[in-house]
Amino acid sequence: MSDNNLKRITIEPVTRVEGHGKVSLLLDDQNNVKQARLHIVEFRGFERFIIGRPYWEVPVLVQRLCGICPVSHHLAAAKAMDIIAGVDELTPTAEKIRRLMHYGQMFQSHALHFFHLCSPDLLFGFDADPAIRNVIGVAQKFPELAVQGVMMRKYGQEIIKATAGKKIHGTGAIPGGVNKNLSIEERDFLLKDIDQMVEWAIGAVEIAKDYTLKNVDLAKTFGTFESNHLGLVRKDGAMDLYHGNLRAVDKDGNKIFDQVDYKNYVDYIAEEVKDWSYMKFPFIKSIGAEDGWYRVGPLSRVNICDFIDTPLAEKERQEFMAITGGKPNHMTLAYHWTRMIETLHSIEKIKELLNDPDLQGTDLVKTGKRRGEAVGLLEAPRGTLFHHYKVDENDQVTMANLIVSTTNNNTPMNMAVQRVAEDHLSGKPEITEGLLNHIEVAIRAYDPCLSCATHAMGKMPLMVSLFDHKGELVDKKVKE
Amino acid sequence: MLLIGYGNPGRLDDGLGPALADAIEKFNLPDVTVDSDYQLTVEDASSVSEHDVVIFADAALKGQEPFFFKEIQPKSDISFSTHSIEPEAVLALAHDLFKADTKAYVLGIRGYEFNDFGEKLSDKAQNNLLDAIEFIKKCFLEKKFI
Repeated sequence: MSDNNLKRITIEPVTRVEGHGKVSLLLDDQNNVKQARLHIVEFRGFERFIIGRPYWEVPVLVQRLCGICPVSHHLAAAKAMDIIAGVDELTPTAEKIRRLMHYGQMFQSHALHFFHLCSPDLLFGFDADPAIRNVIGVAQKFPELAVQGVMMRKYGQEIIKATAGKKIHGTGAIPGGVNKNLSIEERDFLLKDIDQMVEWAIGAVEIAKDYTLKNVDLAKTFGTFESNHLGLVRKDGAMDLYHGNLRAVDKDGNKIFDQVDYKNYVDYIAEEVKDWSYMKFPFIKSIGAEDGWYRVGPLSRVNICDFIDTPLAEKERQEFMAITGGKPNHMTLAYHWTRMIETLHSIEKIKELLNDPDLQGTDLVKTGKRRGEAVGLLEAPRGTLFHHYKVDENDQVTMANLIVSTTNNNTPMNMAVQRVAEDHLSGKPEITEGLLNHIEVAIRAYDPCLSCATHAMGKMPLMVSLFDHKGELVDKKVKE
Repeated sequence: MLLIGYGNPGRLDDGLGPALADAIEKFNLPDVTVDSDYQLTVEDASSVSEHDVVIFADAALKGQEPFFFKEIQPKSDISFSTHSIEPEAVLALAHDLFKADTKAYVLGIRGYEFNDFGEKLSDKAQNNLLDAIEFIKKCFLEKKFI
């Protein structure tokens, strides 16, 4: 077929995901999808912003990278700066305060995504009128559910406020520890609603599970593909969202590597650059770029762990794994179910921590002998987050390398877009909003955070552009 | 009365909203609650519903200098971009979910530099901020919104 018979459709930016991304679809004259790509405009200047700054400022500075997961960046940087400060193990109070902060972040982030970003798709259908397929539509038709989402999100934010301080200037984690404990008053305030939160989290798992099981034929194919999975696990193989060692499994669940100290990540993970994307493509070195890409995030974390150490979430994990006979589940739509299992796990951990008197301890910070290089890793809501720094003898950062969760999922998101485009767009005489939304549903399952940019008023239209094979614009639609 | 200043202080003039919130908070004005965040999200609807008046303060990419100020209404036919939502949608959620009758205003402070990392306002934005601070402080003290 000649290039003259191809046309390109671009969706820019993708709605209900972060920052600026666009999907371009190359169609032939029969509307068959020839190529589907997710382009993400990533701001590469952030590492430069950190260079030259004193290392103790970095946990605060990196929060500016992302308005949606500032706590994840705050804690990943703090973990690295613990090492720089010569501290290998925090005091029990500091460790538990940070974990509380982290589980609060996980809880509120997952709740926001499920109730307010993906539930419109699940409750109204992928083809529903976009005028109702949004959070306002959910609020009007399912107000109880919408209130739950708001209150769960708010509860997580209260935990962050109690442990990290102000939302925009969080300073809770500092190199070697934390700068405050949790007062009895703060603890009691948070314990007041804990049982309600657990109950709502159980309900959320049920919604996600029911949706997946009732639509299992769709879920088995929608944006689905086999892949490797990567994440952190505890030494005993348990899910651990804050700290652990790296484990990677192949599509059948065989371990590619296990219990790898993440400070050595560069021996196991590399990043490939492609000329059509601003974002890098990480892969497992031993397999190579072609087949070594992997998925991260809730689906991967549930797939790779041996168990979850909280009873309610573990029961749900077992039920989830049973449908694939204990092998990794590769359904893109199963991200929602696993995200809610993690939400339940997080609130169980929060309850456990709030009842731990170590949170009122006063031994907050340790010191040690300064080091020059460190890696901090944790499982952010969207997946594994890598922070790598070098610091000179003047305490100034000389090198910073960040691999964010969404970058880890770069190839998988492109795979999902390709698969959905092939299955749902090819051969259709008309490219409708509903059909285009199928693409966005697949991307949203990964809850990508496309490099949080400025958001000032008037900055975020949804632009749909149609180009011919010569790159000339032949149609454009904009949603303000 | 509630003031929410939002934006990213690490993206130059995008930090105008939080800078305004910081400044107003220091005045410790009576009956005024001040909050700041990187962006508006759904749980802000709950906070909004607990107040008679809310002011959403943000950086403006274009428009009137040194700032514009206008009342807004709940708007449910909004297209959503990203995890953040617009002030009109926050108001709609407060109205639909919490039966709130909160009066709401948007304060858009004109900014000029957004496309780099840096924790510094441009000189022109800084001047606009000072004008906005004086304006909003006076409004709060005189309870002009109610």
